[in-house]
Amino acid sequence: MRKYLVAIGAIAIAAGAVSAANAADKVKACFVYTGPHNDGGWSQQHDEARLAVEKHFGDKVETAYVENVPEGPDAERAIERLARSGCNIIFTTSFGFMDPTLKVAAKFPKVKFEHDAGYKMAENVSIYNMRWYEGRYVQGQIAAKMSKTGVAGYIVSFPIPEVVMGIDAFMLGAQSVNPDFKVKIVWANTWFDPGKEADAAKALIDQGADIIVQHTDSPAAMQIAEERGLHAFGQSADMSKFGPKAHLASLIDNWTPYYIERVQAVLDGTWKSTDTWEGMKADFVLLQPLQNMPDDVKAMAEDTIKKIESGELQVFKGPITKQDGTIGIPAGTVADDKTLLGLNWYVKGIDDKLPQ
Amino acid sequence: MTMLEGILLTIVTAATPLLFAALGELVAERAGVLNLGVEGMMAVGAVCGFAACNMTGMPLMGALAGIAAGMLAAGLFGVVALFFVANQNATGVALTLFGLGLSALIGDAFVGIPGVAVPRVNIPYLSDLPVVGRLVFGEDPFVYVAIALAIGVWWFLFKTRAGLILRSVGDNHNSAHALGFSVFRTRFLAVLFGGACAGLGGAYLSLVYTPQWTQAMTAGRGWIALALVVFASWLPGRLVIGALLFGAVSILQLHAQAIGVGIPSQFLSMLPYIVTIVALVLISRNRALLSVNTPACLGRPFVPDV
Amino acid sequence: MRIILERRPDHSQTMVLLSPVLAIALSLVSFFIIFAVSKIDPFQALYVYFIEPLTALWSIEDLLAKAIPIILIAIGLSFCYQSAVWNIGAEGQLAAGALAGSIIPVLQPTWQGPLVVTAMMVMGVLGGMAYAAIPAVLKIRFNANETLTTLMLVYVANLFLDYVARGPWRDPGGYNFPNSRAFDEGQMLPIVAGDSIRLSIVFVIIAVIAAWFLTSKTITGFKIRVLGMSPRAGAFGGFSRNKMVMMTFLISGGLAGLAGICEVAGPIGQLRTTVSPGYGFTAIIVAFLGRLHPFGILIAGLLLALSYMGGEGAQVALGLSDQTTQVFQGMLLFYVLACDSFIYYRLKIVRQRAVDPALAR
Repeated sequence: MRKYLVAIGAIAIAAGAVSAANAADKVKACFVYTGPHNDGGWSQQHDEARLAVEKHFGDKVETAYVENVPEGPDAERAIERLARSGCNIIFTTSFGFMDPTLKVAAKFPKVKFEHDAGYKMAENVSIYNMRWYEGRYVQGQIAAKMSKTGVAGYIVSFPIPEVVMGIDAFMLGAQSVNPDFKVKIVWANTWFDPGKEADAAKALIDQGADIIVQHTDSPAAMQIAEERGLHAFGQSADMSKFGPKAHLASLIDNWTPYYIERVQAVLDGTWKSTDTWEGMKADFVLLQPLQNMPDDVKAMAEDTIKKIESGELQVFKGPITKQDGTIGIPAGTVADDKTLLGLNWYVKGIDDKLPQ
Repeated sequence: MTMLEGILLTIVTAATPLLFAALGELVAERAGVLNLGVEGMMAVGAVCGFAACNMTGMPLMGALAGIAAGMLAAGLFGVVALFFVANQNATGVALTLFGLGLSALIGDAFVGIPGVAVPRVNIPYLSDLPVVGRLVFGEDPFVYVAIALAIGVWWFLFKTRAGLILRSVGDNHNSAHALGFSVFRTRFLAVLFGGACAGLGGAYLSLVYTPQWTQAMTAGRGWIALALVVFASWLPGRLVIGALLFGAVSILQLHAQAIGVGIPSQFLSMLPYIVTIVALVLISRNRALLSVNTPACLGRPFVPDV
Repeated sequence: MRIILERRPDHSQTMVLLSPVLAIALSLVSFFIIFAVSKIDPFQALYVYFIEPLTALWSIEDLLAKAIPIILIAIGLSFCYQSAVWNIGAEGQLAAGALAGSIIPVLQPTWQGPLVVTAMMVMGVLGGMAYAAIPAVLKIRFNANETLTTLMLVYVANLFLDYVARGPWRDPGGYNFPNSRAFDEGQMLPIVAGDSIRLSIVFVIIAVIAAWFLTSKTITGFKIRVLGMSPRAGAFGGFSRNKMVMMTFLISGGLAGLAGICEVAGPIGQLRTTVSPGYGFTAIIVAFLGRLHPFGILIAGLLLALSYMGGEGAQVALGLSDQTTQVFQGMLLFYVLACDSFIYYRLKIVRQRAVDPALAR
C-alpha cells in the first residue's frame, strides 16, 4: 500500500513542477463529460478527440477524464479534482459547467481551462464552440429537395439558444429551396432517451413528415426512418450505420483540430485565453457522409458548404422575418454573435410555439 | 398507412415492454412478493439480450438471453429477500441500482452498434387489410407473445391448482404453510418468473423498440410497470388495458406537440405520470374491490416456525 | 440435507454489531475479486476508492458537502420506513423545497441578510412538506399506494422545476441559459468551516440528534415503531395510523425540502433545471444501510459519500467506469440486508427433506 502512496505523491509533484514552467515537455490534458464517454453522441465525440490528442502527441501528452458528471456542485468537485491531480489543461464539455469552471479556475491560476458552449471567460479560461447552424442550413436545403410531402419532423431536446438557432437555420435553408416548406417540432425534454426519441420520430412521421432531423443524441430516430423507408439526418456522430438506406448526412462534431491546437499551445507555452466559435470552415462542423440522395442534391449541398466556408453565404443575413411577422434581422445586416447566442425567436413559417 | 393506423401501432409497441415486465411482477406480487427491482432486471435483460443477438445474429437467442439474465437477477433478489428474509423494498431498490450499474459495465463493448432488425409478421392478404391489417396481423412477434402471456397468466392464476396455491401463499402464508405448501419455493419460483418477464421486456427494448444498446435505456419503464400492477388491481386483463392506456397517453402527448398546441412541453411530458396517479386514486378508493384482489401478505416476510 | 433459516429465541447482540462489519468486509472481498479478474491491481483500486479521499483536507470537505443532503433526506426517510410508509419520492420533495425556497432570491433579488436566508430555509421546508402531503392525503383519503404515487410525483416535480428554470425564472441577463440569476452571498447559507462547509452541516447534526431523541426517548417514536410493526396492534393501542402517515410524510418531506434549499442556497448558488443528481434515491440506500437509526445513517451517509468521491478518483487514476460505484453500492446494500437477518435468525442444517406436496405433482 505504501508503494502507491509514494508513487501517487511523485506523480503529483512532477506534475506540479511541469505546470509551473512556461514551455512544457509533458502535458496532462483532462476532460469532464456530462454523459458516459461512450454515449454514441455528444460526450463520445469529445472522447474521440481526446484519443486523437493522445495519438497525435504520443508520450508528450497524458490524458484523463471524468464521465457522467451532473451539473452543479458535482461538476465543481470533478473539475477541482482534475486540477489538483496535476492536469495542465482541462476541457469542460457542457454549458452547465460554466460557473463551476470559473470558480475552480480562480483557485488554480496556473491551470488552463477550456469551457465549451458558455459565454464567461477569465485570464485562464477560454471558451469554444461550434457553429452547427451552418450545417443545419445545408440540412434544410437537402430536406426541402428530398421531401415529397414538404414536411420535416424535428426532434429537439430543450429550448436553449443553440437549439433554436439550429431550427431557424434549418428552416432558412429549407425555405431557400421551397418557400412553403413546413417543419413539425417535438420537444423530447431530454438529450438522450432512445425510446422516447423513437416514439417522437414515429409521431412526426405519422403526421406527414418524411424527413427526420434531430437535436437529441441517440440514433433511435434514424432506425425508425430506416424501418419506415424514409430519410433522416444524424446528430453529433456519424450515424450512417444505423440507417444504411435512410441516412442523408450526419452533423458531426469534430473537436480534434481544436483540442490538438490548444494542447500544442500549452506545450509551446503560448496558451492564451481565447474565444473560439468556428464552423465548417475550420472543419469543426462536418456534414458527412452525404448519401442516399441524387447527384444534383449532393452537388447543391457541396456547393452550399463551399459558399459557407468561403464566407459568401451567411446563414443569419437579413432580411429575416420573425414568426410573428416583425423584423428579426434587418436587410443588409448579418446577425452578430451576441444576437445569435441569445436567440429566442423562430423565423417565419414555423408553426410551433417556442416555449418561453 | 393512415395516421390513425400509425398511432395505434405505435401505442401497441410502447405498451409491449411495459406489459411484459408488469405481467411478471403481477405473478410475483400475487405470491406476496413486492420486487421493486424491475428496472434493474429490465436493464440486464436489455443488455444481455442485445449482446446475445449481436453475437449470434438471432433475435430469438437475444430474447432467451434476456429471459435468462432477468431470472439470474431475480434469483439474487430471491436469495436476499426470501431466503434471508430481508426487507423487500430495500432489496428491490438495491437490485435496481445493481442492475443498472452492472448492465452499463457489461454493455460497454456493445455501445454504438446497430442491432439486428426483427421482421414484423406478414400474413399474405390479412396483413394488407385496411386499418386492422397491420394492427392485428402485422405486429412484431413479441407483441403476440405478450398477449399470449397475458392470457396464460390469467389461465394459470385462476384456472389451475398451482395458480390457486400461488394465490393462497400470497393471501395467507401462514395457512398455506400449515396446509403443507412450501411458501419459500412458491415465492422463489414466482420471483424467477417475474425476472424472466422483466428480462424479456428489457430485451424487447434493445431488440425491437430501438435495436441498439445504450446505458439507462430502460428510462424508468420498470417503475411504470410496477404502477401498472396496482392500477390493474392484480388482474391480467386490466393490465393489458392499463399498459395500452399508458402507451396512448405518452404517444398522444407527442402528437399534441407535433400539431402545435402551444402548451409548454414539460406539462405535456408530465401527463403520463399524472394520469397514472389519477388512475391509481380512482382504482384505490374502491377499497372493497381492491381488498378482493390485493394479496394480503404482499411484502411481508415469512419464516416458518420449525 | 438442506440449509434453512431459523428464528433465534432472542435477537443477537453480537450480530447487531458484527453484521455491518461483515457486510462491508464481504463487499470489499467481492470488489477485490472483481478487480483482480478484470486485471486491475486490487490494492491500488481499493486504496483509490476508500483511503485516498481521506488523505487531503479539500477532499474531506467535499465528502462532507456531498454527505450533507443525503443524510438530511435519509433521516427523514427513516421515520417513514420505521412506520412502514414507503416514501421513495424524496427526490421530488427536494425539488419542491428548492423551488419554494428560491421564491425570494429570484423574485426579490434585493432582499438579503440573515432574515432572508432564514425565510428561505423555512419556505424550503414548507415546500417539501406540502409536496409530501400530496401522497399522504392520497394514501389516507383514497388508499393510494404511496410507493407509486411518490415516485410518479418525482417526475412531475422535476419537469415542473425544468419548466420554471427555463421559463419564467430564467436569468434575464444570462443569454437565455436555463437557470435563474445567481444568488448573492446575502441569500446563501454562511460558510462555517473551511472553504466550503456551510451552515447546513449544523442542520445535519441537529437532525441526527433530534431524530435520535424523538425515536428513542419519546412516546411518538414508540408509536411510529409499533404502527410500523403491526398497524392492528397500534390501532388497539389507540394510535391513529392516519395521523402517523401524515406526520412521517411531513417530517421526511420537510427534511428533503431543507436539503433542496440548502443545495440551492449553498454549493449551487442558483436555481437550475436539475438541483439534485439523485440524492433522494441515494438516501433510500443510506437509510437502510444505517438500519433506520440516526447514528447508523450518519455513518452510512459518510460511507456512500466516500464511495462517490473514490469513484471519481478511480476514474481519473485508473480509468474505471463511473458505473463501478453504482455496482458497489448495490452490492453493499445486498450484503447488509442479508447479514442483518442473522440478528434475528440463524442458519440450521436440516437432515430430512420437508414434506412438500405443493409443487411436487
